[in-house]
Amino acid sequence: MSRSAPKGLPWPPERSAESSALLRTSKLVKVYRADGVTVEAVRGVDIEIAIGEFVAIMGPSGSGKSTLLHVLGGLEPATSGEIWLRGQRVDGLSTAGWAILRRRHVGFVFQFFNLLSNMTVADNVELPALLAGATPRQARRRREELLAELGIADKAGAAPARLSGGEQQRVALARALANEPSLLLADEPTGNLDSSNTRDVLRLLRRAHASGQAILMVTHDARVASLADRVINLFDGMVADDAKVVPLPRGVNGVRDVLELRG
Amino acid sequence: MRQPLLALLAKEPAHGYELKLALEQIFGQAYPSPNIGQIYVTLKRLEQDGLVRSQDVEQTTRPNKRVYELTPAGRDALSAWVDEPTDGPRIRDEFFIKLVLAPMAGLADRMALMNSQRRHYLSLMRRLTELQAETDPADTPARLLIEGAVLHLQADLDWLERCQEELV
Repeated sequence: MSRSAPKGLPWPPERSAESSALLRTSKLVKVYRADGVTVEAVRGVDIEIAIGEFVAIMGPSGSGKSTLLHVLGGLEPATSGEIWLRGQRVDGLSTAGWAILRRRHVGFVFQFFNLLSNMTVADNVELPALLAGATPRQARRRREELLAELGIADKAGAAPARLSGGEQQRVALARALANEPSLLLADEPTGNLDSSNTRDVLRLLRRAHASGQAILMVTHDARVASLADRVINLFDGMVADDAKVVPLPRGVNGVRDVLELRG
Repeated sequence: MRQPLLALLAKEPAHGYELKLALEQIFGQAYPSPNIGQIYVTLKRLEQDGLVRSQDVEQTTRPNKRVYELTPAGRDALSAWVDEPTDGPRIRDEFFIKLVLAPMAGLADRMALMNSQRRHYLSLMRRLTELQAETDPADTPARLLIEGAVLHLQADLDWLERCQEELV
């Protein structure tokens, strides 16, 4: 891999002066224009994600949640505003610049898994490490580790299509975590899963969180969101609320405090 | 409290303390712990209404115990209760009234009300997920009730989103 800065990357990198945040945006805007119609999907978002923080984004459909996530991961360019990742300004990066950044620092998980269907599970998971410059042996070792941890080591040689939805999402997670990104972006990762698979994926996300990776996750599922450190509510492309999830005081009666059964 | 006691007595006659134990055993952690005094008061009322009858059973080493059994009228009342459809839980109408009226009175803006309500729901949800993790998987009634509460809470949050879309 070339050591020179990829096209579009400011060099030397612009450093954020005041903030130690992992990810920070300032007045971020995303406007779509097609056939003379203008849609303002993201309208001036200022958010900050600390290192290792788990943040959920909720909001009605059409509030700009997925668009925001895609812009933050460089899958779509911002229209205006700033994105700072690890103290470096990244909104001006080229497609190639973003690709390199994602390989090293950002993992992505989607609702529909987006696995490469013509490759085995093992190849899907090894690819990001190989692209990031790992040797085949290192990539294989990391893949074996991850699949074992996710309980799908026996599926390494299978085609993704042969797996259940829950298994495919675990493969997608393994792929996203292959390079130990400091930021995991997840778009409705449990949106297609039943409750037992949702629990498994959540367990894995919590483990990634516990190991110091930051997670920014779009979700409708309140069970999932309630596990986050913080929940951002997006409305009409703007931040309507941004608050820590405060645990209730733990009562002595356990279930009975929450459930009221009448008979 | 009336119907569960009738239902337990339909199985076999029992005294008050046995009924308390049976409720705890059947519903596990999920039932609001039945108070023994409340059980005795309810049994007395059921007897006054002719739905159960009782007799004292002598015990050698302890005071007599009063054993209750279902009457035919009690069995009819129980069948009627089982057969009638049960109302679902009502939506949070008190919150809705606040949401509609408070801004009119100049007391709060709707976005702020919805935000604080959402935060509250998420805290409740966090508690439920913790409970789910703490609950013995073999305690099926508790597990199912928690899952029901989770689903209701999710519906409340979805509905809050709808209110946000229409009212803000």
